[in-house]
Amino acid sequence: MSFELPKLGYAYTALEPLIDARTMEIHHTKHHGGYTANLNAALQGSGHEGKTIEEIMKIAGTLPAAVRNNGGGYYNHNLYWEILTPGGSKEPRGVLLDAIRESFGSLTALKDAFVKAAITRFGSGWAWLLLDNNKLVVSSTPNQDNPLMDVAEVKGRPVLGIDVWEHAYYLNYQNRRPDYVEAFWNLINWDEVTRRFKG
Amino acid sequence: MAFTLPELPYAMDALEPFISARTLEFHHGKHHQAYVNNVNNLIPGTPFEHATLEEIILKADGGIFNNGAQVFNHTFYFEQFSPFGCREPLGALKDALDRDFGSIAAFTDHFNKAAATLFGSGWAWLVVNIDGKLEIVQTSNAGCPLRDGKKPLLTCDVWEHAYYLDKQNLRPKYIEDFWKVLDWKVISLRFGA
Repeated sequence: MSFELPKLGYAYTALEPLIDARTMEIHHTKHHGGYTANLNAALQGSGHEGKTIEEIMKIAGTLPAAVRNNGGGYYNHNLYWEILTPGGSKEPRGVLLDAIRESFGSLTALKDAFVKAAITRFGSGWAWLLLDNNKLVVSSTPNQDNPLMDVAEVKGRPVLGIDVWEHAYYLNYQNRRPDYVEAFWNLINWDEVTRRFKG
Repeated sequence: MAFTLPELPYAMDALEPFISARTLEFHHGKHHQAYVNNVNNLIPGTPFEHATLEEIILKADGGIFNNGAQVFNHTFYFEQFSPFGCREPLGALKDALDRDFGSIAAFTDHFNKAAATLFGSGWAWLVVNIDGKLEIVQTSNAGCPLRDGKKPLLTCDVWEHAYYLDKQNLRPKYIEDFWKVLDWKVISLRFGA
């Protein structure tokens, strides 16, 4: 069984003007598509075929770099497209909002922490909101690592993630990563984040 | 003493069509400038307030290292291009490349592979190692071979910002075009120095 590049649940133009269609198409077909193909190639004959992507993430540090890097790229982008949708609730509500207030004090404080993690991650990587022992925390990881991995400094179940590789924003924002992070925040589908929070 | 952004030794459009003026405007005017500004803002009141970039690269960590090394790396990168340069290695440098890699073609293949496979942001380098041999190394993010006692001769920036406006995901195409604007005279001078 090999991994497949998921189709997006919306058109490449759906997030315009905050994320342009050209960025979406290249990001999905070339970058995510590349990670998917490279992951399948790296798994061939490795003895790990048939594992779920989550199972692979948990032992990523013991696997060849090609599996860790491309497996992370595959998982992370799956999550990214799902929480970034044109529809859904634009504000967290209910149990998720309660948990955010409990962990951060307020939604504004969460946003500040998340934006800071996304802006200060040096080089390529991701910033995350994750569930660590029933507590929400913010972290960031280099390259295509993620909080599910055994190698992550802060481990847990990701509920929200932002790609801060330059390929995620360079055509539209060039060096202005903070503008992209702000745009991303306004595109989050909090219904999907809530679904992931509830597990 | 504050660091300043060196001017490019050629016009913004001088490397067209291989590296676009738009890419250089952002790469030099925004990224390189930001590293200069950041290191200048970070060093006051630290032991690095009066340090050279080389001292920062050898001894600093965190933001001071990242920004200081990126100032050095980008200056080193931009200085090696020319619209009218020498497009092949010559003389003692060519002999050393033949000696340590077997041939110029083998060196080029090896370097291209290092540049293409560095995962994430970083740099590929041709260096002289502590035994006096030429070697190819990869560094992540702001990494610089000076930190490991190696003398850099040539570098390719493979942060996506170096090529994304021109080539998007096609990093190998950027690396192929990189050679077409490289001035080997600059590399020979570094090798001989």
